[in-house]
Amino acid sequence: MTATVTNPEVDKSTDGGTSRGTGGARRRLPRIPDRIRQGGLPYLLLLPAVLLELLIHIIPMVIGIVMSFRQLTQFFINNWGAAPWIGLDNYRIAVDFDAPIGEALLHSFFVTCVFTFFSVGFAWLLGTAAAILLQESFRGRGVLRAIFLVPYALPVYAAVITWAFMFQRDNGLINHVLHDQLGITDEPSFWLIGDNSIYTLIIVSVWKGWPFAFLMLMAGLQNIPRELYEAASIDGAGIWQQIRKITLPSLRPVNQVLVLVLFLWTFNDFNTPYVLFGKSAPESADLISIHIYQSSFVTWNFGTGSAMSVLLLLFLLLVTAVYLILTSRGRKGADV
Amino acid sequence: MRHLRAASAVTLAIAIAAAATGCGGGTTDSGSNESPKTLTYWASNQGPSIEADKEILTPELKKFEKETGIKVKLEVVPWADLLNRILAATASGQGPDVLNIGNTWSASLQATGALLPWDDKNFEAIGGRDRFVDSAVASAGKEGEPPAAVPLYSLAYALYYNKKMFAEAGIDGPPATWDDLVATGKKISKGGKWGLGAEGGNLSNNIHQTFVLGQQHGADFFDKDGKATFTSDGAVAAVKQYIDFMAKDKIIAPGNAEYAQNQSLTDFAKGKTAMVLWQAAASTFAAQGMKPEDWGAAPVPVPSGTPGTGKQVNSMVAGINIAVFKNTKNIDGAKKFVKFMTSDEEQKHLNKTYGSIPPVKTAQADEAFGAPDLTVLRDTLATSAAPLPQVPNESQFETAVGTAVKELWADAAAGRPVTEASVKARLEKAQQTMQQ
Repeated sequence: MTATVTNPEVDKSTDGGTSRGTGGARRRLPRIPDRIRQGGLPYLLLLPAVLLELLIHIIPMVIGIVMSFRQLTQFFINNWGAAPWIGLDNYRIAVDFDAPIGEALLHSFFVTCVFTFFSVGFAWLLGTAAAILLQESFRGRGVLRAIFLVPYALPVYAAVITWAFMFQRDNGLINHVLHDQLGITDEPSFWLIGDNSIYTLIIVSVWKGWPFAFLMLMAGLQNIPRELYEAASIDGAGIWQQIRKITLPSLRPVNQVLVLVLFLWTFNDFNTPYVLFGKSAPESADLISIHIYQSSFVTWNFGTGSAMSVLLLLFLLLVTAVYLILTSRGRKGADV
Repeated sequence: MRHLRAASAVTLAIAIAAAATGCGGGTTDSGSNESPKTLTYWASNQGPSIEADKEILTPELKKFEKETGIKVKLEVVPWADLLNRILAATASGQGPDVLNIGNTWSASLQATGALLPWDDKNFEAIGGRDRFVDSAVASAGKEGEPPAAVPLYSLAYALYYNKKMFAEAGIDGPPATWDDLVATGKKISKGGKWGLGAEGGNLSNNIHQTFVLGQQHGADFFDKDGKATFTSDGAVAAVKQYIDFMAKDKIIAPGNAEYAQNQSLTDFAKGKTAMVLWQAAASTFAAQGMKPEDWGAAPVPVPSGTPGTGKQVNSMVAGINIAVFKNTKNIDGAKKFVKFMTSDEEQKHLNKTYGSIPPVKTAQADEAFGAPDLTVLRDTLATSAAPLPQVPNESQFETAVGTAVKELWADAAAGRPVTEASVKARLEKAQQTMQQ
């Protein structure tokens, strides 16, 4: 039930239904000439969306691509139309993996892949487990569901800065528990600098990401007919078999979208590393989003930064395309 | 017909969007007097909070309005946002008329060409270049070119020490040389107490400290043509000396490697750390419950002898400058405002409030700046402070070398060896990322 209420898509369609229902309100609107209604109206209705799409996505993207072909540094940002056109040089710098800039980009790419794999993996596992466990009705289920959604509802900055405080070496809660109370570590560990930083990043990212998986999967579970489970249990299927043979296959369409969305969000995540580590992340946690930000806005090489962004965009488009092709093939197979 | 309409709608949309996103960047004209009655001023956050800054500045802006009839719209911008805001304003051409900049950014921002150059004529309009302390003007732009800004508040580094902790350890006074500092630090560093504090995660602070040590080792980090020389022997020695306070001498607590929010000042105020190298820390110590007699200020140590002109640099020229956006719609008003802010009276009042030193000579002579710690800062600025390299890619330098030092702190804190070779390797990598 909760899922149905909180799902914005459902809300929208309900609104649509209501406005369609109140025919009286519609009749008061001025009459639209037949010519427009027949031919132009769809275009007219699309126009605001097209305008906004242009403003928010297309034009900045085109500007970004143009920038990637120019030598745009502090010398030209005042009049960036005058920045010299240098063709593919920015791209060459970005992918010259023997030189430090390319090498650092490649390093941050690998770090981001590892980070994304574990973050999405754990977020999905936790979300699935929680959604399945909370399917059964029990006392306090509503409260638990609400609590589970807290990380998703909190403003990212406030939440991540709290994590940053907890991960501080000398005054943080994490070391207080691990070292002072449980005595697991010999001495207090560093979590925000050095090699441990990647673990910190994954922990915070999973904490932030799993409620979304939980929410989506809980909604998906509502659509599985109870009779399937009843029939399966009569046939003697245990809980694991039910999960493997009924729950997971039925959740497949939800999971396909969920994993893709989580992947894209996590791969591009800027807020978490920026709030945890500031503008210069430790090497072990140097995510590509921060790396590009640093190239563009901290060292003022907007051209190179733009080229890196375009490369990232191409990579994500490619992965998305391959993923969609593979999963749609899988679906066709399943249908047969 | 329908297609034609659709096409014209799309064209219109593109035109609107292009205008809204400011295609083509800013203009290069140098100001006009289209709206002589108003000014927008971006002040950097100097006081304990943005609200405090507004309270401090608003009465002064009212005074200016009374004198000139020009209304000043104030916006206080936090430090973390300021540079990005300036960059955005530069790229769009939609900036304030007058703004504060960190003086280490002067040459970088000068290179954008968006700021009004302070040539002799413009300096005349505010009372002449000679009114300002030389080192402060030197930190307002590239040598040999008209400065991109005018000094507003000046600061320098001093060595702050906890008198009680010194007395407990049987130490008479503050160290004058680095050897003294290490010896003093070792006497104190035991039982959870430490000799010196550092802010390992703060890139700018890392740069300030290693730049000064670099100067003492005869290294500039840039050659005369503005090319990076991060791996010179002096630069390597300077960075290693700084990290060795933790790695070898063990007078800095390992936890300081991740400090970036002024935690070392809190440690100092709590009596955990006996010394810090800082610019005007008095107000922070007071806010954390220290009394003025609890701490002392001394010049930053030097390798040997005493600091002074032509002898030893022991601070960078720190401070805030005031600049005018070249495409302002009120060029005369903007100059009047800079003149007002750098007038003797305002300089005394504002610098007193913020705990900084006036870069205006006549204001500096005021007795309010004769308190012991401010005297140290004032003398340092006058005799032994050097501006950070005034090169267009100063911003890159701060990030690249600041990050290298940050990584070295992490090595030291984790107990990994910090050697001349490892320092050089990090600096080498930093240098290679410097494009242009």
